[in-house]
Amino acid sequence: MPPPVLRLSGITKRFGALVANDAISLDLASGEVLALLGENGAGKSTLVNILFGHYVADGGSIEVFGKPLPPGDPASALAAGIGMVHQHFTLGDNLSVLDNVLLGTEKLWQPFSRRREARARLAQISRQFGLAIDPNARIAELSVGERQRVEILKALYRGARILILDEPTAVLTPQESEALFATLKTLVTDGLSIIFISHKLDEVLAASQRIAVLRQGKLVAIRDPGGTSKAELAELMVGRRVDAPVRTPAHRIAAPEVLLSVQELAAGGKLTRASFVVRRGEIFGIAGVSGNGQAQLADALCGLLPPAHGEIRVAGEPISPDPHAFVHARVGRVPEDRGSVGIIGDLAIWENAISERYREPRFAHAGWLQLQAAKAQAQQIVERFDVRCSGLDAPAKSMSGGNIQKLILGRALANDPQILIANQPTWGLDVGAVSYVHGELLAARERGAAIVLISEDLDELFANADRIAVMFHGVLSDARDDWTVGQIGLAMAGAAQSSHAQSA
Amino acid sequence: MRSLLNLRLEARQRVPLAMALASPFVAVAFTLLVCAGLIIWAGAPVARAYALLFESAFGSRFAIGETLTRATPLILTGLSCAVAFRAHFYNIGAEGQLYFGALAAVAVGGSAIALPAPILFPLMIAAGMAAGALLLVVPALAKTRLGVDEVVTTLLLNFVALLFVSMMLDGPMKDSTAMGWPQSVPIRPELEFGKLLERSRVHVGLIFAVVLAIALWVVNVRTTFGYEMRAVGANARAARFAGIPVDKVMLKTALLSGALAGLAGVGEVAGRAGYLTLDMSPGYGYSGIVIAMLAGLNPLGVVLAALFVAGLIVGADSMSRAVGVPTFLADVIVAVSLLSMLVATMLARYRVRWS
Repeated sequence: MPPPVLRLSGITKRFGALVANDAISLDLASGEVLALLGENGAGKSTLVNILFGHYVADGGSIEVFGKPLPPGDPASALAAGIGMVHQHFTLGDNLSVLDNVLLGTEKLWQPFSRRREARARLAQISRQFGLAIDPNARIAELSVGERQRVEILKALYRGARILILDEPTAVLTPQESEALFATLKTLVTDGLSIIFISHKLDEVLAASQRIAVLRQGKLVAIRDPGGTSKAELAELMVGRRVDAPVRTPAHRIAAPEVLLSVQELAAGGKLTRASFVVRRGEIFGIAGVSGNGQAQLADALCGLLPPAHGEIRVAGEPISPDPHAFVHARVGRVPEDRGSVGIIGDLAIWENAISERYREPRFAHAGWLQLQAAKAQAQQIVERFDVRCSGLDAPAKSMSGGNIQKLILGRALANDPQILIANQPTWGLDVGAVSYVHGELLAARERGAAIVLISEDLDELFANADRIAVMFHGVLSDARDDWTVGQIGLAMAGAAQSSHAQSA
Repeated sequence: MRSLLNLRLEARQRVPLAMALASPFVAVAFTLLVCAGLIIWAGAPVARAYALLFESAFGSRFAIGETLTRATPLILTGLSCAVAFRAHFYNIGAEGQLYFGALAAVAVGGSAIALPAPILFPLMIAAGMAAGALLLVVPALAKTRLGVDEVVTTLLLNFVALLFVSMMLDGPMKDSTAMGWPQSVPIRPELEFGKLLERSRVHVGLIFAVVLAIALWVVNVRTTFGYEMRAVGANARAARFAGIPVDKVMLKTALLSGALAGLAGVGEVAGRAGYLTLDMSPGYGYSGIVIAMLAGLNPLGVVLAALFVAGLIVGADSMSRAVGVPTFLADVIVAVSLLSMLVATMLARYRVRWS
């Protein structure tokens, strides 16, 4: 067996009392795709940040191609041939592809940029690895998949032999993900070695040759994709069995009564046309690649963004664009950004539990807060929704993401809403919390709520939604209950709209 | 990223209460230590200088009276800043609002309005508070409607306000008997605040200030308005999402802040001088910022912080006369204590790690 290109020995990193990485030892073979699987907070990002020199490990060492890597120095990681593709791209939108690739590769005191040589080299690299891209295109004009390609080219241009991809498929359509995996295969046949980080079981099984599972900072298992299953990986990742919530078939609970109706809605510039109705006992899914107007639709449905055109009706009544009116009309709301929109982190948990309703007579008498009633309400939410916290007076930000989400969900569900707007309700949550949130959504559906579930995670939509519509370029498609993954992927990339346009 | 100084700040999950309470005292102790260096540099004995400072601020009946008199407007401007800062409305204009309040007090209390004093007295106070609040209407609306930075508008309005007062004192409100000095007409004697201590200048305004501090503390923790102010200050986006009327809360907070600073001006006119001059406030409005920060924006803490700053101002005079250090030392101590307090607050919230 050839020596490994990368060897991590006993990497340990502590943040205060938290051990983010606990004596992790891992080898990466030449020409291998290694998946790093784990929940949020399992220590994946910490590990690659140590590898790339952003963090300094408290213990352990790294060898690259047999040579020790000096800790805490991204420049020497780059020089040793490690390239990183971050989840959030680090590209200048107003610059061309070539400029972005060149950025940082030339010496400061070199008077002229050697663009002709650079262009030739970039062309050669993109031919060699099959990463076609126009070097003159501006980043702003490129799709997300193409931008990712630029990030990979950037790493290759700098001579990366080991490529680290952090959650590379988080922002891609299914088709773009397929294309990415094909690219990864080409790269490894050309001798690169790849680590890719993910918490999605399907893609880990499909795209890697070896799977390393991290849990609570420890490397708990290494598996071959052939010798394992989704169920086993999920259990390794979470540390216990995870069962998906049971879903009652739609025809048993769906009722004809329309609770939410949205007509020709346009808002915030990015949302140009959305029309749909959601009935009692129905989960209406909205799919789409992020940035296609879902955020504006969600804001409008939460009362934050006044419609520029069209209207929203709740149980047949028009509603004014004011969060308070929505809460009053029994619209439960779960925002996308739970940490900075869903809760007020510095306020106590009980204060957050009543933030939507503090003016109601039961919580306020003549301007005085009724502390007892408020705390009782908070206690009820904490108990019913299993919010783990160190006390009602603790600041809300002291809780984990999953518990923050439970609090927000509890606040929305505590008053038995007739409509629930959930925007990316499981984004970044661990498997256990995800299944909890899904269970609560399904339970609300059984109680007869009309639920709008906006998600970038197709698995989540297919598992929970009764009908799904797709957002693309600010326009919401017709809803269907019989999408295939292929069809919905094409719709997310705009194919449905363009074929529509041709036929029209 | 690699830095020259491998120093990293990690946020604490919860700030320990003891640490939060101790930080102003640690900051003050550190300040006195730093300033001891300056006293030595000025060639004076440190121990004697500090002893004199303390003695002339708190050491006698007269000293305490002077300190309390100084503390009265400082508590009010401190509350003005603390209230506003808590809601993340950075009112830097308490100085101007104080002068506006004073001007309004003179306009009502010095006028020939033929009303009995028991009616005119509350009118005078209300006018002063309204005038202070008025000065913040435009900055508050500009911030909520147009996103204009209130730090800039409130700061610059100080100069506008002061020039306006100067115009009034040289023009319509000038006291013609004041030998040409730009000085306002006096308010009617029966409108003046009563004295609290005999043979001192301490006046009823101090009671107003302390009662208001307690009232604001109660408002903060027990009322819906206090809840709204804290929510908006801690996270305006989340507050808006929850349905808290952020703009309205911001405006109400700004008006309250301006009214408190205006009241400080009323107190200076009615409690101390009886009339208004352009040098009435040695920067009480600006000191209010320091006091609010030293107090950690807690209304009760403001009372203590105001006593500290007032003691420094009063004590520094005698100290400088006796041992020959410049009086600026008081300003330096106030400034250093603000910086130390900021650092202490940060250290209480974060853990520093060297790697």
